Amino acid sequence: MRLRPRLRGLRARLVAASALVAMLSVGAAVWAAAASASRSLVDSYERQVVRSTVDQVSAVAPTLTYPPDQESLDRAAGAVGPDAVVTFRDRRSAAEARTALVTDALRGAVRTGDGVVTQRVRVPEGAWLVVGVPVLATAPDGSARPSGVEVFVVQDLAEVQDQLDRMTRTVVATTAVTLPVAVLLALAAAGTVLRPVRRLRDTATRIAAGDLQARSEPRGADELADLTRTVNGMADAVQDSVTRLQRLQTDARRFAADVSHELRTPLSTLSAVVEVLDDAVDDLDEDARESARLAVAETARLVRLVEDLMEVARFDAGTARLQLDRLDVVEAVRRTLHARGWLGEVDLRVPAPDAQVWAVLDGRRLDVIVANLVGNALTHGARPVLVEVRSEADDVVVVVRDSGPGLSADALEHAFDRFSKGDPARSRGDGTGARPTPGSGLGLSLAWESAVLHGGVLTGDNDPEAGARFTLRLPRAGAGS
Amino acid sequence: MASVLLIEDDAMLRRGMQLALSRHGHDVRVAGTGEEGLAAIETSRPEIVVLDLMLPGIDGVEVCRRIRRVDDLPVVMVTARGDDFDVVGGLEAGADDYVVKPVQPTVLDARIRAVLRRSVSSGEGVRAHGELRIDTTSLTVTLQGHVVPMTPIELRLLLTLSAAPGRVFTRQQLLEEVWDHDYLGDSRLVDNSVRRLRTKVEPDPASPVFVQTVRGFGYRFGPV
Repeated sequence: MRLRPRLRGLRARLVAASALVAMLSVGAAVWAAAASASRSLVDSYERQVVRSTVDQVSAVAPTLTYPPDQESLDRAAGAVGPDAVVTFRDRRSAAEARTALVTDALRGAVRTGDGVVTQRVRVPEGAWLVVGVPVLATAPDGSARPSGVEVFVVQDLAEVQDQLDRMTRTVVATTAVTLPVAVLLALAAAGTVLRPVRRLRDTATRIAAGDLQARSEPRGADELADLTRTVNGMADAVQDSVTRLQRLQTDARRFAADVSHELRTPLSTLSAVVEVLDDAVDDLDEDARESARLAVAETARLVRLVEDLMEVARFDAGTARLQLDRLDVVEAVRRTLHARGWLGEVDLRVPAPDAQVWAVLDGRRLDVIVANLVGNALTHGARPVLVEVRSEADDVVVVVRDSGPGLSADALEHAFDRFSKGDPARSRGDGTGARPTPGSGLGLSLAWESAVLHGGVLTGDNDPEAGARFTLRLPRAGAGS
Repeated sequence: MASVLLIEDDAMLRRGMQLALSRHGHDVRVAGTGEEGLAAIETSRPEIVVLDLMLPGIDGVEVCRRIRRVDDLPVVMVTARGDDFDVVGGLEAGADDYVVKPVQPTVLDARIRAVLRRSVSSGEGVRAHGELRIDTTSLTVTLQGHVVPMTPIELRLLLTLSAAPGRVFTRQQLLEEVWDHDYLGDSRLVDNSVRRLRTKVEPDPASPVFVQTVRGFGYRFGPV
């Protein structure tokens, strides 16, 4: 599976290129040397053959009578050697098999020229060297001129060819041995280049995985060391930015947590005194009464906002802990609806009239989630609102669906954002206190985080048949199991 | 209705709560520090203490611990954070219940009434379980002939459990019957009260015979 990309990898390409270059260089050098060696080998063999032929001819020539008869030619041929033929015009010594190699062209060249003529002949049986030597006669005036007698010697080149073949085999073997050596050397070279690259890659991978402290040690002064230093510099910059951002975020969160914390005591006081005020509301004149009611309603809203903010702070600080209890979700949902007077307002669907769906959950957080979903559906969706509790495999599922037009794609996408514009619950009350506790704009976001803390999910979509649909799915066995 | 001692360092909240709780019919005394509060307990003998956990000087947890060392005065604590650390610390120190700021006076009033309530709707007479005798008429408990002092919550917990020996009560059921909580009470209240109850009535609290844990479900009384 990894082979294909590996073959195209940097290492494979480096090794292939280096091996190819090594093979070509070694091959070319060896072939050139071999060619030159074989040429000089053949040349020296040829010179040696020519010299011995000339020597023998010189020795034989004085014994010849002119014009030589057949017997004289045969004798001379025998004296020169077994592969020799001696000719005089049309007459020639007794033919040996190989004398067929003495062509007319060669004879003509010997006759018209004035020296030794050589020719290499290659036939299927092998390679041969043919040497033609004219026998010179000494004229009375002392000058030498061709006597018409010519001696041809056919010499087998098999031995030389063997030597050449051996040389060729050596060349091939040498080249072949070069290949693994070249590959090994190339691998070693590639390793020295690739090791820093791999180190750099590992570092980059660790940084990408969130280990912002990961660095590579630059070694040497080459381009790779430069690259390593550049990457390290980049990592430093990223780490600085991230640290700064984290500090800003931590500060902002702590600030929000501190603010909501500090608000709790004065809000407790406010809650206490507006309750007293509310009790006495009937004794007030109309304006004062309305003011008192507004104060009560807005205090309640502030209380809810601060409670939501504290929950946000717990999630942000990672200190949110589940209070797990084993409970019947059907009963819990029914109680949530009952506590808010919603039992008659929604259509509660359960698997069976007396069904129980037991799960290990944080009952308070389940209540908050369900109350948020149903509250949103009742306030912003159209009735009837359907609430369904069912068991699915290892999960308990609570679906809340209204019968309105559903949510826009944008609203769905941002449904779980804090203070989401898509969360209609953010819209402020109408100022008359008619809606005593409008949402803080944090409800859906907190519901989502609560679901995740349980190891579950909360999703929102539009039912193909009607309205917006929120689906809460929590593991029945409790978070983390 | 009840004489309440409110120990709270914030003057505004102290006054506001005093006004609201008085409106609910309570006789409210106030103290601004833990030391003042402990002194006021000696002099005015309140029926119940409402105790802020964050106090200058000795903090609320320590005040609660000192009250428990000598007295079975019911304590409702007020915590600024619903965080585990505060709540657990307060409950372990012996508080009977708690509320989280921002405090709703009606909620606090309901807690005060529940924590003070001694009556139970479970038959009358004397129940004897080994050396433990529970008199449901005089609302006294004796172990080996000695009266065991209890807070009302502890007493009601024991009465509720012992009314049906062998029956398993879930924590939620106990929260509703003993603490009058709605269905979303904090089950740690039950666990802490059970622990305190065991130290009072069990010969060996580490291996209880009267108040037994049913793992994964809750608690039951006996079988003895």
